[in-house]
Amino acid sequence: MDKQLHGIAAAPGVALGTSVWWRQVEVAVVQRSISASAVVAEIDRLTQAVKKAAEQIELLKEVTQTRLGKEEAAIFEAHLSFLADPTYVGEMENRIKNDLQNADYVCAQVTEEMALMLSSLPDEYLRARSADIQDVGHRLVLLLSGKQAFDPSLVKSGSVVIADELTPSDTIQLPDGIAAMVTKRGSKTGHAAIMARTLGIPMVVGVGNGLESIYDADVLIVDGSAGQIVVNPDASEQQEATKAIADEKEQKERAMAFANKLAMTKDGRRIQVFANIGGLKDVKKALAHGAEGVGLFRTEFLYLENTHWPTEDEQFTAYREVLEAFSGNPVVIRTLDIGGDKELPYTDFAKEENPFLGHRAIRFCLANPDIFKTQLRALLRASVYGDLWIMFPMIENVAEILAAKELLNECRQELAQENITVKDDIKVGIMVEIPAAAVMADILAKYVDFMSIGTNDLTQYTLAADRGNELVAPLYDAVHPAVLRLIAQTCKAANEAGIVVGMCGELAGDVTMTEVLLGLGLQELSMSASMVPVVKERLSYLQMQPALEVAKAVLKLENPGQVKEYAASHMSGSR
Amino acid sequence: MSQQTVLVQNASGLHARPASTLVQSASKYASDVTLESKGKSVNAKSILGVMSLAIKMGDEVTIVTKGTDEDKALTDIVAAIQSGLGETV
Repeated sequence: MDKQLHGIAAAPGVALGTSVWWRQVEVAVVQRSISASAVVAEIDRLTQAVKKAAEQIELLKEVTQTRLGKEEAAIFEAHLSFLADPTYVGEMENRIKNDLQNADYVCAQVTEEMALMLSSLPDEYLRARSADIQDVGHRLVLLLSGKQAFDPSLVKSGSVVIADELTPSDTIQLPDGIAAMVTKRGSKTGHAAIMARTLGIPMVVGVGNGLESIYDADVLIVDGSAGQIVVNPDASEQQEATKAIADEKEQKERAMAFANKLAMTKDGRRIQVFANIGGLKDVKKALAHGAEGVGLFRTEFLYLENTHWPTEDEQFTAYREVLEAFSGNPVVIRTLDIGGDKELPYTDFAKEENPFLGHRAIRFCLANPDIFKTQLRALLRASVYGDLWIMFPMIENVAEILAAKELLNECRQELAQENITVKDDIKVGIMVEIPAAAVMADILAKYVDFMSIGTNDLTQYTLAADRGNELVAPLYDAVHPAVLRLIAQTCKAANEAGIVVGMCGELAGDVTMTEVLLGLGLQELSMSASMVPVVKERLSYLQMQPALEVAKAVLKLENPGQVKEYAASHMSGSR
Repeated sequence: MSQQTVLVQNASGLHARPASTLVQSASKYASDVTLESKGKSVNAKSILGVMSLAIKMGDEVTIVTKGTDEDKALTDIVAAIQSGLGETV
């Protein structure tokens, strides 16, 4: 049987492997009355299980810390704090004593109540802890039942792990060499998906009930970039996948030779190849892959992984560290891009029908000048430690640029009065991600030093398709000629105005489109670190004149499919 | 047994961080510390307990302490809540 399943692309890469179902061991919890004389023994049984669970979680925490780092390990701190909480285990002990019920039953009961309580709280962060306490409760019940849990450490290398859903504690226990992961539920932003991307394991989530058609030991091709699974592929499909995997590996290895070369076309046109980073933890990888600067430093981590609005000093330290790490090379720092789709534990965003068309990014910042100015002051103070470029997200009109620059000037004056040195020549620019900004690029260009095209949002706004929504995800395609035309228009306007134009969306790292992007007039491309050497290599084979012709030709095509076909045919011919 | 009622002034109520600060200060004392609000009563040494009250800005909470150091515990915990549990109020 040859069958295809589709889901959400959660972690990129292609894999070929044999399926292993990870079934949560179902423990049927039976309610049993105990005699008063058995209470002590029953509480002791619970105490032992709690102790054992704490040991297991400690171990998970250590493994996670070594493999992924401290931040990711923090989740297990929460698990441990539940085990130490008197309302949790204490309540179980009370019920064993007072209700004369068995430990397994009261554990399941109390866990369920706590999970329900947490999920009803108004705070998103606390609601999310509901899944954590269920994870802990399941571990306890399993230990009490004496049943053997599915042992992930026995999963053979080369396996594709299939599950209803994977928790972070599941994911981290999988041994090295897992080929891919596929789940019925889950989202691209879930913990398991984030871990998969960090570990470099292809993953598809949200496949739905169709996943049940996979049995243990089926052969699967998993394409984590396209969100596609082929069940029991025929020999030629397998061969093709094996070749794709080998090619990808070889391409990356060969490209690493280009990491430390200056990015340049065959005919000597210099293009800057930068990396996107989401925090300090990405700096090392970006430098190792030869990033010539940072084209997009997302500052949201400072806000999301925090318990309070980040202070000026906290931000200053982070910005300074990145600027220093890139020793004088450009670092484009994007100011806060947050809104109703995100939750911060220390504030309440107004609930919005449609947060992506709502009060977010620069709109939120301009309406909250205190929060915005804290960030701007931190940026200005850090400016003396490197080549800082400040970028405002989601700009749609001139007034927003002027208002943001006005606040920036205010901060500059304040700092001058406080005798704090700020660099004179800080470049100030905007992200072009709203179609209106692309259409009006010639006007906006008069007010800024640079523009960077954010293709992820530009695509979703232009095509009115949310790529996280399975039903319309196929409509989302960054190489749709409509998107390419807006990119062309933006590049033309910027180049005519004599300002820098770059790209920091995922399209910038799509090596099949590098020639098109070069021809459209982009001067800087910023992508995830691993693609930096690959794009540098690709650029070294390209020349301006043919690139201009390719770009001109694709703008006349009718749909994304034609663009891809055209680019692919050109790619094989131009080496 | 000692008890006192105070007003919570934290802008976002007793969310994760102030709640855990409260639990930490309650856990320093040998006495039993109970938090009462909206007709519910919970163990103030339990983060799950405190969070389950979902206390918002402007809510009244009653702290009840019982044990050898109940007076000192009450004074300190009341002061901690009034000073914002690590947040500016």
